[in-house]
Amino acid sequence: MSNGTLFDKVWQSHTVRTLPSGQTQLFIGLHLIHEVTSPQAFAMLRERGLEVMFPDRTVATVDHIVPTENQARPFLDSLAEEMIEELERNCKDNGIRFYNIGSGSQGIVHVIAPEQGLTQPGMTIACGDSHTSTHGAFGAIAFGIGTSQVRDVLASQTLALSKLKVRRIEVNGRLKPGVYAKDVILHIIRKLGVKGGVGYAYEYAGTTIEQMNMEERMTLCNMSIEGGARCGYVNPDQVTFDYLKDREFAPKGAAWDEAVAWWTSIRSDADATYDDVVVFDAATIAPTITWGITPGQGIAVTETVPTPEELGEDDRAIAAEAYQYMDLHPGQPIQGTKVDVCFVGSCTNGRITDLREAARFAQGRQVATGVKAFIVPGSERVKQQAEAEGLDQIFQAAGFEWREPGCSMCLAMNPDKLVGRQLSASSSNRNFKGRQGSSSGRTLLMSPAMVVAAAVTGHVFDVREWV
Amino acid sequence: MVSEVKAISGRAIPLVGNDIDTDRIIPARFLRCVTFDGLGAHAFADDRAQMQGQHPFDLPQFQGAEVLVVNGNFGCGSSREHAPQAIAKWGIQALIGESFAEIFLGNCVAMGIPCVTASGETVKAVQEAIAANPQTTVEIDLNTMQVRWHQTAAPIQMGEGARNMFLSGTWDACGQLVSQAPAIQATASQLPYLRWSTAVS
Repeated sequence: MSNGTLFDKVWQSHTVRTLPSGQTQLFIGLHLIHEVTSPQAFAMLRERGLEVMFPDRTVATVDHIVPTENQARPFLDSLAEEMIEELERNCKDNGIRFYNIGSGSQGIVHVIAPEQGLTQPGMTIACGDSHTSTHGAFGAIAFGIGTSQVRDVLASQTLALSKLKVRRIEVNGRLKPGVYAKDVILHIIRKLGVKGGVGYAYEYAGTTIEQMNMEERMTLCNMSIEGGARCGYVNPDQVTFDYLKDREFAPKGAAWDEAVAWWTSIRSDADATYDDVVVFDAATIAPTITWGITPGQGIAVTETVPTPEELGEDDRAIAAEAYQYMDLHPGQPIQGTKVDVCFVGSCTNGRITDLREAARFAQGRQVATGVKAFIVPGSERVKQQAEAEGLDQIFQAAGFEWREPGCSMCLAMNPDKLVGRQLSASSSNRNFKGRQGSSSGRTLLMSPAMVVAAAVTGHVFDVREWV
Repeated sequence: MVSEVKAISGRAIPLVGNDIDTDRIIPARFLRCVTFDGLGAHAFADDRAQMQGQHPFDLPQFQGAEVLVVNGNFGCGSSREHAPQAIAKWGIQALIGESFAEIFLGNCVAMGIPCVTASGETVKAVQEAIAANPQTTVEIDLNTMQVRWHQTAAPIQMGEGARNMFLSGTWDACGQLVSQAPAIQATASQLPYLRWSTAVS
């Protein structure tokens, strides 16, 4: 059993009591909601005559269903319009802060909370979205929940939960140019598997992680859930504090000094004990790309699609399903695979540093003929910042479409969808069958730089050749 | 709202394969809704369309089944409760499998749908038995922690906390959680960050 880790300390400080079942009633410091997983929760509250217990600890935005081209209201999709209206009503009726389209602060829920300083070290954070693990980058314990649990948090600001084990994942050394946080997490999931993290919180540590900026740490923690871990976190350090300083919801004045002291005190102790420890060497990590239908089916861009013989027995059935669905053959190089659509965005890779890196490679180049390529900033603030830096001009000059913020084609609940068997190079987080809006559409996950390289060359291309 | 769940017994449906994610259980386009009504009809919509009537959820012999028998890492991916809601509205009252993704499992507990795990051999044996004879009754017993079918019984597992919630009828934790308002306030008052971030309110 873990002891002395940040996870243990935060769990302890948020424990209300032990429930008769043996589970913990855990206080949730920040609750984030959006239009997809909250309407039924509010309906359940109304049915039971319950009120929102801490309306000031819930913050809302709209992200999954928003169109990225025509955002005029009412939305052309009447179902999407109904969802946003329901959220507007629920927030108004319950006194919940709501960042709507055009507010200047709307965006993907896992982009806006950090950028405003709402996400802070030592908090417990819940949201009806599996990528809530993103907020762990700040040393928060953050996890996705379902709608019945959204109801529980609204009603009581607490959840009934069983404590997780803690696995320390250490990555040491310097990443090579052209290798990003996205490659690190795809590599980790490849090695530990898509269910390796079930029952665990992942603590990311080591010199590679320490050298990462906050947005890179968010990319890393974001995909913890793809490795089966409901939450992942990084211990807060000077990089975290520098990021938070002066953001509007960050503590100010004397409270800032008190905060830094408390944030420092909740770091995992040097002699903390873990349920498991795994170590990786950054130098061995290459640009990594998925070839199959789970985020664990990743290979280095220079590798070939694995043959059944190269895989463990447990992985062969899902690989066989993937060969057929992806129309890729065992032993085939992944480099050179022709792509149809290129998407940069999502809660994994839709932040300003992602767009800067993408623009760096797009500058002076052209999207290949026949490839549809588009950039979706993670929030209104990211979009505004990118435009202030002229990134939108670089992208448009290179033939990329420049869109409005939202989740977009990560999960394709809005009009951005693959068509038929199109193959997409995507900076998002899931390559599941049908994920990007076509029941036969195909997805290759990769870093934003690699997506740009694919857009320009028209096929999977090793971005290191441009570094 | 106390409703004890001690044992589920009924006909079962086999769904073979690892890593069946919640996008496959309920594709995102069906999440454009503000209630869970009608989701049952869309469970596994794309898989079913592609299998042209041969998906277990479409086969006549499995209609009316109450127990879903799956393999490893079932329900991985998105946290959407629409996935277990779709399965439940189709008629499933309990799941048995080799392993479940954590958020899916938590959603099922909160809905009163037990998910129990068993060894790969047991799951395979149950899947084969029901494929051979769809009239087979499968019983999941949370008291004895056994799955029984024909004359056979095998051990099953479930987290102790969740098991206690089912047996005592407290799987819907909402009332229990809300009843502790003073203790919740006391915990909140000890958290320094609630004092700092006054700007939220």
